[in-house]
Amino acid sequence: MNAAIPPGAWSRLRKNPIAIAAMALLAFIILAAFLGPLVFTADPHATSREQFSPPSVAHPFGTDNNGRDVLARVMEGARISLIVGLSGAFISLVIGTSYGLISGYAGGRIDGVMMRFVEILYSIPRLIIIILATAAFDHSFKNWLNAGGHTVLVGYSKIIILIVSLGLIEWLTMARIVRGQVLALKNLQFVSAARALGQSHLRIIVRHLLPNLTGIVIIYLTLTIPAVILDESFLSFLGLGIQAPQASWGSLLADGATSINPVRSFWWTLVFPAAAMSLTLLALNFLGDALRDALDPRAQR
Amino acid sequence: MLVVLFSVVTITFFLVKAMPGSPFTTERKLPDSIRQQLEARFNLSGSTWEQYTTYLGLRRNVSGEYSGLLQGDLQPSVKYRDRSVAELLGNTLPVSATLGIAAFLLATTGGIWLGSIAAVRHGTWADTSAMLAALFLISIPSFVIGPLLIFFFAIRVDWLPVGGWGSWASIILPAVTLAGPYVAYIARLMRTSMLEVLGQDFIRTARAKGLSNTRVIYQHALKVALLPVVSFLGPLAAHLLTGSLVVETIFNLPGAGPFFINSILNKDVFLVEGVVIVYCTLLVALNLVVDVAYTLLDRRITLE
Repeated sequence: MNAAIPPGAWSRLRKNPIAIAAMALLAFIILAAFLGPLVFTADPHATSREQFSPPSVAHPFGTDNNGRDVLARVMEGARISLIVGLSGAFISLVIGTSYGLISGYAGGRIDGVMMRFVEILYSIPRLIIIILATAAFDHSFKNWLNAGGHTVLVGYSKIIILIVSLGLIEWLTMARIVRGQVLALKNLQFVSAARALGQSHLRIIVRHLLPNLTGIVIIYLTLTIPAVILDESFLSFLGLGIQAPQASWGSLLADGATSINPVRSFWWTLVFPAAAMSLTLLALNFLGDALRDALDPRAQR
Repeated sequence: MLVVLFSVVTITFFLVKAMPGSPFTTERKLPDSIRQQLEARFNLSGSTWEQYTTYLGLRRNVSGEYSGLLQGDLQPSVKYRDRSVAELLGNTLPVSATLGIAAFLLATTGGIWLGSIAAVRHGTWADTSAMLAALFLISIPSFVIGPLLIFFFAIRVDWLPVGGWGSWASIILPAVTLAGPYVAYIARLMRTSMLEVLGQDFIRTARAKGLSNTRVIYQHALKVALLPVVSFLGPLAAHLLTGSLVVETIFNLPGAGPFFINSILNKDVFLVEGVVIVYCTLLVALNLVVDVAYTLLDRRITLE
């Protein structure tokens, strides 16, 4: 069996200074998002009279138009954006991998139809459908949660809907790539051997094909997370995603963008969320690239 | 392809109808009789199914006519009374289209150029810096780039307008903002495929014939290396369409994007449908063109 993760991948990754920097940065952002509130305890929703006060000791990132602390809001935004990004990417991973596996393994006509469907989905404006779907289902989902007694979750219904719907649209590339890999793998000898031994299709898929997909799936997972984060912030920026007083990077940036004008520019309301978001996406994209270099056998020099 | 369009129209209609609230909700509560009359006037009374079939033009409307999509009627806007969806689209689409085409040209030419340079000078500082810049552009979202560009080019130095529509200069910042990430994406695609092509036998043959470097690259390699970029043009158009929603909002452009967002918030079902239909038709048509272009560029496909 050829190894799923080529030998030396980890040491190659460790020798890449960019990858190390990206991982350190990501670790810092994740820690700040989830443990930061323990150190810096300002309430991200608490309004005060100090509107648009510039960065100071009490408010390191300044305050926004309602006198809310920007640092606390950036941390809350990071939490929500990261959770949406990670869970959405995980859903797309599950769908994309199983779709690609089935399509590639079945081959022939089924493969043709399934890939045609992916092409069609590629060519329609999926985010627009998602905008409509989140608007349509948010209300009834809230009612459903209330009726089911899950009142704790009601405040998070928008987040849950965003996670699910973004996961449902970002799996296309993953499916394509997994299918390509399966097509290449399934004609190799170890698969023929497994088939000759009389193993079932399910067993071949789970025991022989799936482990060999690990590398490529990890690479595209690191690239799907930033895509989902971008989609979420896109919706929140337009006012169709996370709603105030909850914050996500997208809604913070929307607030920040409106405070930039020729008369007075409250730059801190824009710059800090922008920096947090851009750095996260940069780190993820750099890490994805570095992983590709480390894991992709073709890229080995 | 019509099937795709039809499914999107259907899904859109039922999703908009599933949203809470109605387009007739105002600050003052309307008496029921007036609301019913309004609903009837806009063919929005009866069950959702009846409204849907009336909209398609399969059922007689209030005036007893078949007048729906099949007859080419996009209906009046529910929120902007007395204006038809067709009229609203006619006013806003030229702006969106100009922006979209400008961004499309910028993304393709810029990306192909950057990617080719990076590939030809593989391993040099030009390659490294181009790819670094590309990664930055991909990672920084348009709603960060947009306000920053405004801040520097329109507020700090008064070179370009802050927003709005009118002069030629007003299209520069929005187009750059919209195209930015896709310049980078195409540059990366182009670099990879160009590197692959440059390593192939026919390039070596061309070089061996004594052709100049420029001729080898721009006449022989470019044509083959363009294929992955061509197949990305369909998705690119879809991305630019959705991206234009944000860019038009940032720069206050009178395009279809902000109208679309508002029509969702207003539950203006016919306006939502109108925009979605235009977007979808455009994408479907463009994908057909791309398919044709692909077979023209790559003769191997027709042989299969």
